[in-house]
Amino acid sequence: MAQRRSIATSTLTHWFSTRLGGIAIPVAATLLAFLIGGAIVAIDGTNPVTAYKAIFEGTGLNWFFPWVTGEVRADAARDLQQTLLIATPLMLTAIAVAFAFRCGLFNIGGQGQLWVGLVAAILVATHLEGIPRPLHILLALVASIVAGVIWGGIAGLLKASVGAHEVISTIMLNWIAIFGGKYLFELGGPLQGDQAFLPRSFEVFDSAKLWPIWGTIQALHSGLFIALFGLIVYHVLLNRTTLGYEVRAVGFNPEAAHYGGISVPRNYFLALGIAGGFAGLAGGVDVLGWRFDVDTSDFDADTVGFTGIAVALLGRNKAVGILLAGLLFGALQVGTSSRQLDPRLFDPALATDLATMIQALVIFFVGAELLIVYLWQAGRLVLPRRRAKSEAKP
Amino acid sequence: MAETPVVELRGITKRFPGVVANDRVDFDVARGEVHALLGENGAGKSTLVNVLYGLYHPDEGEILLDGKPVRINSPHDAIERGIGMVHQHFMLVPVMTVAENVVLATEPTRGPFLDMREAEKRVREVARALDFRIDPHARVETISVGQQQRVEILKALYRRAEILILDEPTAVLTPQEADELFEIVRTLAREGHAVVFITHKLHEVLAIADRITVLRRGKKVDTVPREGATEEGLARMMVGRDVVLSVEKGPAQPGKALLQVENLVVRDERGLEAVGGVSFEVRAGEIVGIAGVDGNGQSELIDALTGLRRPESGRIVVAGKDVTRASPRSALDAGVGHIPEDRQRRGLVLDFTLAENIALHDYAKPPASRFGWLYPRRLVERAGGLLAEFDVRGGEAETLASSLSGGNQQKLVLAREISRDPRVLVAAQPTRGLDVGAIEFVHNRLVKERDEGRAILLVSFELDEILSLSDRILVLYEGAVVGEYAPDVSEQELGIAMTGGGREQAA
Repeated sequence: MAQRRSIATSTLTHWFSTRLGGIAIPVAATLLAFLIGGAIVAIDGTNPVTAYKAIFEGTGLNWFFPWVTGEVRADAARDLQQTLLIATPLMLTAIAVAFAFRCGLFNIGGQGQLWVGLVAAILVATHLEGIPRPLHILLALVASIVAGVIWGGIAGLLKASVGAHEVISTIMLNWIAIFGGKYLFELGGPLQGDQAFLPRSFEVFDSAKLWPIWGTIQALHSGLFIALFGLIVYHVLLNRTTLGYEVRAVGFNPEAAHYGGISVPRNYFLALGIAGGFAGLAGGVDVLGWRFDVDTSDFDADTVGFTGIAVALLGRNKAVGILLAGLLFGALQVGTSSRQLDPRLFDPALATDLATMIQALVIFFVGAELLIVYLWQAGRLVLPRRRAKSEAKP
Repeated sequence: MAETPVVELRGITKRFPGVVANDRVDFDVARGEVHALLGENGAGKSTLVNVLYGLYHPDEGEILLDGKPVRINSPHDAIERGIGMVHQHFMLVPVMTVAENVVLATEPTRGPFLDMREAEKRVREVARALDFRIDPHARVETISVGQQQRVEILKALYRRAEILILDEPTAVLTPQEADELFEIVRTLAREGHAVVFITHKLHEVLAIADRITVLRRGKKVDTVPREGATEEGLARMMVGRDVVLSVEKGPAQPGKALLQVENLVVRDERGLEAVGGVSFEVRAGEIVGIAGVDGNGQSELIDALTGLRRPESGRIVVAGKDVTRASPRSALDAGVGHIPEDRQRRGLVLDFTLAENIALHDYAKPPASRFGWLYPRRLVERAGGLLAEFDVRGGEAETLASSLSGGNQQKLVLAREISRDPRVLVAAQPTRGLDVGAIEFVHNRLVKERDEGRAILLVSFELDEILSLSDRILVLYEGAVVGEYAPDVSEQELGIAMTGGGREQAA
């Protein structure tokens, strides 16, 4: 009987995750998060509609409205460039989370993998002067991928060989990457640049910079296409290759995979390695696209790798989902940044907090899917009873 | 039944998304009566008793206790009203004693303190009334499964259950333990309890029940007295057509040995010797049955044969090839097919489609893939034919395996394993949890594969299955083969050997 009940539960859960959960839960979670964020803004004494309108205009998404013209449109274009610029690495770090997740692993190490990728790309991009631009870019990007693969692969190897939990090892590797990076570019550090009093790297050679595609000041760069291509690679790798088949089999049911002849440890290693490659690429694209150098303070401030976890969660580990969620989180970050937001409409300091809060709420509600399923089931159990009660009344 | 039934369910209807689990079912049971609820898996037996036990609320219909309509909102409510249930999977705390488990949640207290002495005394009283031999101080993890079941029964009776629901109670028992359980059930009935006995095993029904209600696809087919009921008649009611209960097979024509096992030693997870020097062989065209109580080394033996666990020592040869230390993949390639004991945990990736599941062993070979590039459409095409051949119903090639019923999941596993044309087929509990129709299918298919010249090793805890399918029977007890028997051996003799009482004997 317990069996019968669990089957009923699993069909319900299944129904939710396919029918509703596919789109409805992320959308509902996002709406709910904005609603609660709005309520908090209202308590603070600002009209939430005004605040959200200001944030929306800060994202540059109003550029898509044909009636936006002239000066406003030019502003919108600049804002939209920034939104896409921020969304680019987010998508790549989200893939790093999603790919590992499909193998049943929780890769918290996107941030560290991004940093080693970024450092490797800087190394290549500040050397090899004079080689052709496409080759220089390619070499730098390959270096970032390799570094990320190694960083993720270490966690994978530990998992595969001695069963070290990937959450712990990737977190530790994050710290190693963060403090290792700070050491490299610190005053007197081995890779410090030419400005003696700045803990900063050399600027990358022009021949290693990604081509700008839209705008002039901090322009949107062609890394966006790399991220989009990464999404396609992710989808194809997972669904159209034997490697993806193995990864998914292990992720769903390691015991059945083992029984099927698939080496589970090998796939743990590969999945974390490949995931690391995507995150490393995010670092490479970022530094060749618009950062051009790195400062030790960046290692403290940047959270692209961690936000990638949220993007993957909201995007349900699907390529299209990651694209949309990456755009949403990128827009949220840009729309609330002090550079974009009109301080007369909504205090940017508050707005940044609001953005973080909304991100957290989105994740909370996506994670609470089981709670929603539970409530829905409870409703099914309770409702007929209520109906019966009202019928019982003469 | 002359007296008023103590429980009466009238016109119970319970719907789940997409299914009507119970469709206007009537059911009643009187004091002193054992009423069996018989039906295939998914026929609605469990749903019906869950309604009675307060786990589900019926969409329509009413429940009467002693002739008065009642509303049972929760298991707690059911217990208050004298309804007890023994689940198929026991709900006991292994590290606590028998007495502690029995009184759990209704512990006698003295002031703010537990009164364990009182608890033990009362447990002893209840046990004595039923002639149970059980030590209230024993820790539950140290007693046998049969005794654990008694603890569950005691728990219900301790809470003054007058109506006792037993959900597939014999599924986990040895034949001897099952006989003892029947004795207990008869005593309970004599003492005036009403017993609802759920099962899908026909001979049990005829052995224990006073009346039998048969459910099929959520509907009640009929309620009949035991007198005059036959296995054939009940099977027809359950399945809705004539069922051949005995397996029809000709004499085996064994060829050369395809599976040879010599002095095999296998350790379990704890490093203990689970299989201790076993030797046997299975020849082409014969079914060798391994009988034994669960936990006597079966799982470790199967894992070693299929490459899932590395043996400590000994030799395994499949069709002339040594696979003693083979990986699962090389064992598969050497010609081993494996129908695993637990199809949901091991045999299938439930979140994969049927087509993906069928490809589980050979996704990495052409035509499924080439140079690492997978051809999903080819998987689907290949699955289509196999699903038809093996009569897998309830899904297309692109449906998720989790949406199939247990019987169809097993047919899916069978389709995959047999379609790879294995030389040796290891079938572990191939019909566990399946209904009569699916059992018939699986059994016939195994015999057919035997006749095609495969060597089949059947491992089962069901003596019926071992006896009706095997050409030779080996009894495994504490990791050793303690006897070999011909299939005409009596159930008693096998039962004794399975519990360690057998003499070394060749039939």
